[in-house]
Amino acid sequence: MNDLRPVERTVDTKEIKFDCSDVQVHYGATHAIKDVAVKLEDKTVTAFIGPSGCGKSTFLRCLNRMNDTIDICRVQGKLLLDGEDIYDKRVDPVQLRAKVGMVFQKPNPFPKSIYDNIAYGPRIHGLARNKAELDEIVEKSLRRGAIWDEVKDRLDAPGTGLSGGQQQRLCIARAIATEPEVLLMDEPCSALDPIATAQVEELIDELRENYSVVIVTHSMQQAARVSQKTAFFHLGNLVEFGETGQIFTNPKDPRTESYITGRIG
Amino acid sequence: MTDATANTPAAPKEGKHAGSLFDADARTQKRNASEARFRALGLGAIGIGVAALIVLLVSILSQGLPAFQQTFITLDVYLDEAKLDKNGERDIEKIKKVSTFGYAPLIKNAMTSRNEELGIDMAALGVSDKEMSAMVSKEAAAQLRRFVIANPDRIGDTVEFEFLASGRIDGYYKGRVTLESAERDSNVSPGQLQYADALKEGGALSTHFNWGFLTMADASENRPEAAGIGVAMIGSLYMMLVVLFLALPIGVAASIYLEEFAPKNWFTDMIEVNISNLAAVPSIVFGILGLAIFINYAGLPQSAPIVGGLVLTLMTLPTIIISTRASLKSVPPSIRDAALGVGASKMQSVFHHVLPLAMPGILTGTIIGLAQALGETAPLMLIGMVAFVREFPSAPPEGFFDPASALPVQVYNWTTRADPAFVERASGAIIVLLCFLLCMNFLAIILRRRFERRW
Repeated sequence: MNDLRPVERTVDTKEIKFDCSDVQVHYGATHAIKDVAVKLEDKTVTAFIGPSGCGKSTFLRCLNRMNDTIDICRVQGKLLLDGEDIYDKRVDPVQLRAKVGMVFQKPNPFPKSIYDNIAYGPRIHGLARNKAELDEIVEKSLRRGAIWDEVKDRLDAPGTGLSGGQQQRLCIARAIATEPEVLLMDEPCSALDPIATAQVEELIDELRENYSVVIVTHSMQQAARVSQKTAFFHLGNLVEFGETGQIFTNPKDPRTESYITGRIG
Repeated sequence: MTDATANTPAAPKEGKHAGSLFDADARTQKRNASEARFRALGLGAIGIGVAALIVLLVSILSQGLPAFQQTFITLDVYLDEAKLDKNGERDIEKIKKVSTFGYAPLIKNAMTSRNEELGIDMAALGVSDKEMSAMVSKEAAAQLRRFVIANPDRIGDTVEFEFLASGRIDGYYKGRVTLESAERDSNVSPGQLQYADALKEGGALSTHFNWGFLTMADASENRPEAAGIGVAMIGSLYMMLVVLFLALPIGVAASIYLEEFAPKNWFTDMIEVNISNLAAVPSIVFGILGLAIFINYAGLPQSAPIVGGLVLTLMTLPTIIISTRASLKSVPPSIRDAALGVGASKMQSVFHHVLPLAMPGILTGTIIGLAQALGETAPLMLIGMVAFVREFPSAPPEGFFDPASALPVQVYNWTTRADPAFVERASGAIIVLLCFLLCMNFLAIILRRRFERRW
């Protein structure tokens, strides 16, 4: 458990991006998320950890209303993005998702060319006025996704032909091409090998400069490496939320301590 | 472990797995035997299927291929001005007044002069004048008349024509009619057959490929040699067009709505069950429905391809909906998530990503539905497409409302006729139908290969 040594971090008080309180999620008769209240800061990486089935992915998917696609899912409570309730009747989830991007567990590039994968979001949101601007967005996104050098000569090749790690970085590049303010990542490295994982983690650290990043992970080492804030979920409850260093070295709740030391999970 | 012990059975041991690995125990032997039995059974089943297919193909091909060959008699016909245009005015209206009866003597004269040329003695063969005229099809006079009306300026010339030989003479060269059977046949005499042989020797009678079978309309009972599948093919084509342009958009739209947009509740469940049930409804029921609604209620014409197309559309819709829904379902949800995740709307995610990926499946389902509709007979009989149609329907869109036949109905129609020459033509029409079906299935395979994408 050497990796769990807390990194020296300077956590400044930043403005709050997401202010969630009293969030309840029901899947049919199952109460999946209970009374969760959390404040996610801007330009910060927040990690959600916890055993399987504890609700961390469910909560993440509430943040851009991806749960809307599941018929039996009901979300209650207050989720304020920059002070606006994203579950308000007037909010169009499509507009919200342009602001809150998402990277999924399994790399899921479109079966189109690498170029079209990146250009799709900007096209449907009308971010580029002409081809030159679109080219620029594609290049910038691929550079920020740390994959430009590997694919710049074959932008017309299918995105599905890349390796797993490249595909995931392509998906990250695709998510940031629409200039979101928050980036949600649902176990982005679980399908990747250690080298690709390191590349993605490095990328997440760079993304922190511009975005608020929320990452769900099963790897506590990863949470310790990339995040400034950590939230520990257990059985649908948010057990503890605090600075990453404090969570891993000096957890206040006995359940957090048991999980981190490997006794529950 | 040394080499010496490697291939000799180990000493018997106690316990569950006693005995050597080299001899199978009773249980394993039993399992292997049952597997072998099952394989033999499967091979047998495939063998029976393949054998049935081969028997079917051989019987259809052997019966139907002669339909594409036809016997023709070549004659030099003198287009007598005295008979066709008495006043020499070349007035097309007056020429049209001469009926096919007026043309028959011209053919007879042509045959007589051909006999003189070849030195055939009709009296020696015992062939009367009437029997001589019966050598060529009754269609010949009509063919001559059509030519004259199209080219009135050729009146007075001698023109070489290739006339269809009558059905019995044609049957003689296909082995259907023999000298013995002709003795008992009131439609043909042995003398006529010998006369045909003499004509063949002289080069005036030949057998070659018959385009007429593909281009001509149906013909009446007593001239099977002139019957063709032209009208039936056009009728089938028109119906397929109607089915394609109605069933594909309606079916795809319905499936997309049901699969991607509709809420899952008892109502959509009921629709789903009903669609599956519709796919299993006997096709003749759709025929009755079409008769009641499209003809009796809506007043559309009988025997028209538009009605046939509408009925077949109703029949094909469930097939298309079921296959489209299956291919939409097979698109992985991660693609939908990816599209929604970058802020695409539901409709954009469906039309930009899901539908293109489901396209091969949709097209395959549509083509298989069309192929099914192409071979359907029962509903078409109820809406009057079994009628005897001589006239070609006009070009679309008016042609959709003209009477027409359809390939499978034409096959049925011919098999009910008495003259054995029609059996051959029915088999020929089946070959054409099978060729169309094969082409469509082949197209489905190509489309599937071509548009298949991996994700």
